[in-house]
Amino acid sequence: MDVTQTLQTGSGAWNPLLWLLALAVALALALAIRSRGRKDFREGNGRKPFISGNEEPGNAGGHVPASNLYWGFLESLKGYYSRLVPLHTGVPTDYVAWLLGVMALMLVIGLTI
Amino acid sequence: MMDTFVMRHLPALLIATPLFAAFLMPLVGNAGRTVRSAWVFLGALLTSAIGLALAWKVLATGTVLYVFGAATTQQALPPDAAFPIRIMFQVDALSALMAVIVSLSSLGITIYSLAAESKQSGLETFYAMLFLLIAGVLGMVVTGDLFNFFVFLEISSLAGAALVAYRVDDGVAVEAGLKYALLSTVGALAVLTAIGILFAQYNALNLASLAARLQFTALDKVALVLLAVPLAMKCGAVPMHFWTPDTYTTAPSSVTAFLVVSSQASLYALFRILFTLYGHLVQFSWATFGWFLIVLGVLSMFIGVTMAIPQKDVKRLMAYHAVSQTGYMLLGVGVGLAVLGNAEALKTYGKTAMAGGLFHIINHAMYKGLLFLTAGAIFLRTGTRNLNRLGGLGHTMPWTMVFFMIGALAIAGVPPFNGFASKLLIYESVFRFSPFLSIIAMVVSILTLASFVKVFHSMFLGPPRAEFAEAREVPAPMFIGMALLALFVVVAGLMPQPFIDHLISPAVDALVDRSGYIAAILGGR
Repeated sequence: MDVTQTLQTGSGAWNPLLWLLALAVALALALAIRSRGRKDFREGNGRKPFISGNEEPGNAGGHVPASNLYWGFLESLKGYYSRLVPLHTGVPTDYVAWLLGVMALMLVIGLTI
Repeated sequence: MMDTFVMRHLPALLIATPLFAAFLMPLVGNAGRTVRSAWVFLGALLTSAIGLALAWKVLATGTVLYVFGAATTQQALPPDAAFPIRIMFQVDALSALMAVIVSLSSLGITIYSLAAESKQSGLETFYAMLFLLIAGVLGMVVTGDLFNFFVFLEISSLAGAALVAYRVDDGVAVEAGLKYALLSTVGALAVLTAIGILFAQYNALNLASLAARLQFTALDKVALVLLAVPLAMKCGAVPMHFWTPDTYTTAPSSVTAFLVVSSQASLYALFRILFTLYGHLVQFSWATFGWFLIVLGVLSMFIGVTMAIPQKDVKRLMAYHAVSQTGYMLLGVGVGLAVLGNAEALKTYGKTAMAGGLFHIINHAMYKGLLFLTAGAIFLRTGTRNLNRLGGLGHTMPWTMVFFMIGALAIAGVPPFNGFASKLLIYESVFRFSPFLSIIAMVVSILTLASFVKVFHSMFLGPPRAEFAEAREVPAPMFIGMALLALFVVVAGLMPQPFIDHLISPAVDALVDRSGYIAAILGGR
């Protein structure tokens, strides 16, 4: 068993080991560039990150809760979600109705072909 | 000699071992916690070893036939009989693939559960049901008999419903168990009706025998719908997926992880029915039923992922992603079915699409199982699944974070993890069938990544939270269970081609080669 084999997709190929090698080369390059930076820089030492002139916020309360993420995405798809979410009623008989509905639809399609 | 005996009776032992472990569990449980844990571990280890040995035998020597009650286990037809009457297991490469999935998942999940459920009461019942669920799922994927399939489907459904409702102190869990039981029962009733229709017409229950006799009458079409639609519901395909988030969310995480595998056994059965039982008939419209799978697949992918994004309960979010990922499998195999009558298209991209779909089944079982286990680890240490409350756990649970990252990157199709390899096969082959479908699949992967970035940020990033100051890494059995699944995700991602060559391609060939399946039972008759 050759574990270095390339995955053939029919239209292309994928070799994860080569990809990892390329990643390692890129990482080595990044480290080489970093090593050419200023050697005398030390964290702290009175220096602060520049955030458009604002003070750096502290850690306390700095965590953004999940509901605040992708607000724009959800807002822009409000019409889609306002139709989709109510379908998830949580009522077992509704779930059975969907199953029977799909079955009926497929019966009509199946018997007409 | 023992080797020969065991190797000859592997299919029977595959079911007998978990059943034996389940039935003795109430007795063994009385001997104390250590003995019970040892029994559970031994039962899971033996079942997995038998499953893997059977798969290895099938892949090395071809289809394994096991006939119960015959003079020899290979005697499918009694002397002078025109059709098989005995119960038999028929394990081809596709069944072997499923046996590998169940074996690996059940081992990792059971080890994990030893620590995750250790504080709960009624563990004898819990493990008895878990082993019954494993036996049911294994039976579904190895049986060559439709009525037996129904029996195993019922075993897995009832055990699954009992496990979902296991934490009876939480009313929501009981409600979820009831929903699962109701949907499973209605679905199983339809499956039983279909089996009755086929038996009434052809006097046979054996899958190969039925496949050889089927005429595609109007009743056969009704039977097809009564088989295919409930199985699509059981695998969580949209628009019959509603039970999935309710059930997966409230079940203990080790149970949820195995319910994913149970759903995939239904997916296996759906493919088996469409390809092996009906797929050869000239009157059967491959395009129609191929598009049935494709439409279900696209709906599942898109609606699953878009419903996942706004979720605040981590397990509910993951449950919607399970629906979404099932869509990829339906899409890949659906494209294969749609071009089944076109030899050129089947050869150039149809089989690759099917390989992608089947590879995604095993990949999904591993990374989705892993993700549910990490969610269980978080719940164990924090007591909440609410993403708005969680945060900063990367400081105290670094290994759980690493396992989560592996699972999340795999499900999003990020290289070099296993999800990327199967999705790449699906993207490229489906593109040749319909570029539009392929683009939808890629967009869904991007949305999946976005969704898991949110989960990662919400659970692990940020400063440590005072309310979770006591949170620490999970006990060793949970760590080992997650590590086993994570190891598969990484290995299958780094060296996908050997998996394709030795496990997936034979399964694709077995699915397409219905005459080979029939010949294994009926020979020249």
